[in-house]
Amino acid sequence: MTDRGATMTKRKFKVVGTRPLRPDGVDKVTGRARFGADISAPGMLHALILRSPHAHARIKSIDTSRAVKLPGVKAVVTRDDFKLPQREDLVDICRNVMAREKALYDGHAVAAVAAVSKAVAREALKRIKVEYKVLPHVTDVDAAMKPRAPILHRGLRTQGVEPKPDKASNVAERHEFGHGDVEKGFAEADIVIERSFKTEATHQGYIEPHACLASMGTDGQGDLWCCTQGHFMVRNVCAGLLGMEVSRLRVTASEIGGGFGGKTTVFIEPVALALSRKAGRPVKLVMSRDEVFRASGPTSSSSTDVKIGMDKNGRITAAEAVLRYQGGAFPGSPVQFGAMTAFACYDLANVRTVGYDVVTNRPKQAAYRAPGAPMAAFAIESVIDELAKKIGMDPLEFRLLNAARQGTKSSYGPTFGPIGLEATLKESKSHPHHLAPLGPNQGRGVACGFWFNFGGQTCVSLNISEDGTVCLSEGNPDIGGSRASMCLMAAEELGVPYEKVRTIIADTSALGYNEVTDGSRVTFAVGMATIKAARQAIEIMCARAAKIWDIPVEAVVWEDGYAKPAGANAGTFEPMSLAEIAESAASTGGPIAGHSEADADGAGVSFATHMVDVEVDPDTGKVTVLRYTVFQDAGKAVHPAYVEGQFQGGAAQGVGWAINEEYIYGEDGRLQNAGFLDYRIPVAPDLPMIDTVILEIPNPGHPYGVRGVGETSIVPPLAAIANAVSAAAGVRLTHLPMSPPRVLKAMMENEA
Amino acid sequence: MSSVAVSTTVNGDAVEVLCDTDETLLDVLRDRLDMTGTKEGCGTGDCGACSVMLDGRLVCSCLVLGVEAEGREVETIEGMAEGEKLHPLQQKFLEHAALQCGVCTPGFLVAAKALLEVNDDPSESEVRYWLAGNLCRCTGYDKIVRAVLDTAKDMRSA
Repeated sequence: MTDRGATMTKRKFKVVGTRPLRPDGVDKVTGRARFGADISAPGMLHALILRSPHAHARIKSIDTSRAVKLPGVKAVVTRDDFKLPQREDLVDICRNVMAREKALYDGHAVAAVAAVSKAVAREALKRIKVEYKVLPHVTDVDAAMKPRAPILHRGLRTQGVEPKPDKASNVAERHEFGHGDVEKGFAEADIVIERSFKTEATHQGYIEPHACLASMGTDGQGDLWCCTQGHFMVRNVCAGLLGMEVSRLRVTASEIGGGFGGKTTVFIEPVALALSRKAGRPVKLVMSRDEVFRASGPTSSSSTDVKIGMDKNGRITAAEAVLRYQGGAFPGSPVQFGAMTAFACYDLANVRTVGYDVVTNRPKQAAYRAPGAPMAAFAIESVIDELAKKIGMDPLEFRLLNAARQGTKSSYGPTFGPIGLEATLKESKSHPHHLAPLGPNQGRGVACGFWFNFGGQTCVSLNISEDGTVCLSEGNPDIGGSRASMCLMAAEELGVPYEKVRTIIADTSALGYNEVTDGSRVTFAVGMATIKAARQAIEIMCARAAKIWDIPVEAVVWEDGYAKPAGANAGTFEPMSLAEIAESAASTGGPIAGHSEADADGAGVSFATHMVDVEVDPDTGKVTVLRYTVFQDAGKAVHPAYVEGQFQGGAAQGVGWAINEEYIYGEDGRLQNAGFLDYRIPVAPDLPMIDTVILEIPNPGHPYGVRGVGETSIVPPLAAIANAVSAAAGVRLTHLPMSPPRVLKAMMENEA
Repeated sequence: MSSVAVSTTVNGDAVEVLCDTDETLLDVLRDRLDMTGTKEGCGTGDCGACSVMLDGRLVCSCLVLGVEAEGREVETIEGMAEGEKLHPLQQKFLEHAALQCGVCTPGFLVAAKALLEVNDDPSESEVRYWLAGNLCRCTGYDKIVRAVLDTAKDMRSA
């Protein structure tokens, strides 16, 4: 194909990199935008779910007869309404959506009702009688691994160990990564530090609870509206659970009020569909905040042992970590990602990580922003900090000495291409923050973080309208301004103003499969698909101009929104704008559109360095964050304001995880703080302004050099803050969150 | 449960609504009046997504009963812009990219407007403490606080 003004790796931009207002902005500041719970349907019923009060119990019987008889109740569903699916990957989802033989955690769904009003539905729940036999439970990851721990699943055998075990265990799988000879590396070390760390489970804490509206017809066709990070996933999973053909279910994604990974699976959607099918009427189902905490996925809690050795010059000779993550009631904790990312920031000759995926009587974990990586980074970066201090080296210098660079064989296997870790470290060294003085009881911490970034299946459709405006249909819910990024990339490629492009999130019937909005994939993968679709539309527009001018298509180029003759030999024609070509489309061959259907490859890994100052109150142990700076490689920042927003949001969530947030379980295995009052996420006065430095080391796998930015920003904060608190408190903090009682205890024990 | 007729004013319009005595003002706005701009994030007064003004006072509408709106004036996010013209706070939130998912935004805007009505020159700290009842999980508050400070500055010089 001839060069039509669009090279594969573009470096000079007209609109990409600017900060226009987001196209969905007015809707969101006026209340017009419709989120999951903001829609109703004629004849709609309201549904509620009955949940187990026990952490672990056999469900002997469920009697719904009194609920069914209550006037106004139109449907009741239990385990009897869900057949276990044939597809193995759906079995645990089915069991999580509605408990079967056993309730596996406090909050596990047991039955659901649909009624003419919420009040009737509430009354109906009270009339459902469930007979439980309470069983011993376990919620702590280390306790769950002990030989005599209560077993959740009798059929569970640990994968990834030889010989294959013949006894049931709560350890679902063992993972191992690394290279070199760790024992030899430790033998060569002058100094070795070993430490153990724990982190408590945290919730993604999106402000919008899960919500959906399901409508099933008696002809077996259905519609579902819901807040999700991936409506194609919702469609396929729900169709599987309900025994439907995939194309008979159309799912429309509402605006989404935060997800952070927590809306990458289903909880209530199949229940609402089953109720609607049974009642023959639309059913709305909205979780309460209590249900969000008890029954949607928090992240894992973790327990990690780290051992790192270095020579007297500060070069690491060997590194090893054993990570144990509990992922709630079903296998699938992100320990594999933890084990893969743990040492990804370093150039190591000898490295080994082992991860254990453990089940406990807690809600099944769901992805949370760079799932698995922040807890691993907390453990590793804490020991790195200690090693640097041990030989009196600046922690940034120590990291630069050992940093992964282009050509480094990563601890999880691949060899890195061009990466930005070194750039973030150098930038942070010369930043005013690094040189600012500290007061009494204050400490500064730094830490690095890594995330892979995903690509994946993506499909977009770009239509050139008759008036020269552009409609882009994509299939990934806009969770933080991605419509604006897509408009920017389409406008850049087509050579039209940003305002001429409108991006919509199409439903599942309108496009081919799009993977979930996760892995920081959207700006990268959907952006790439958008650029490719625009290039296809440009090809067609050049062909139309060639037809009008009656010259060969090869003699037409596309520049800045115009088709032009390629040179003097091509003829002397006035350039035709996109709008002019669009206007004549009806007489030159019909509608003009570009499409892209692909499995996006080439996502570029991303690194960040965070720097934070804290003050520790010596009397109470309270930690105050004074100053925070994020240095991160974005590849290319398409809309810098929203890139900054991702950096700031990740840091803020990290602050919560580091010093406040935790799932607290009682002796009875019940969650004690299922609300925003007792599970305290950071509020505005808890935080300073969060400074950001965007670095741009282009990703060779994307036409504009884009790397995902959404997740890396939550990887370093836990460690950076722990390093700062440890410096201020004069004692190493090894257990998150660093709540006042924990910090005070550590300081008092240190003094004693 | 028997319903009660409530006469109230919402964004300047007289409204007659039938509601149950245990329904919150938030339920009445969303379910009875189809005004879904006000959001429910917790139902316990901890997140501020349901912030509205009741007789000029900032409240969580999930903590007020619908029947308590009788004879009073309710102002919601839907009444903030004047026709096509956005309120300066709405405009600044867009310019500063002070929203990501946008679900907390109506509550923040209502609360921030209430602040600027009593304090036209707030410090950063005053903005942060005034907005302490509004949770945002996406932004880290940085751009929200900047948008409010910038609006106050513009409104003072206007």
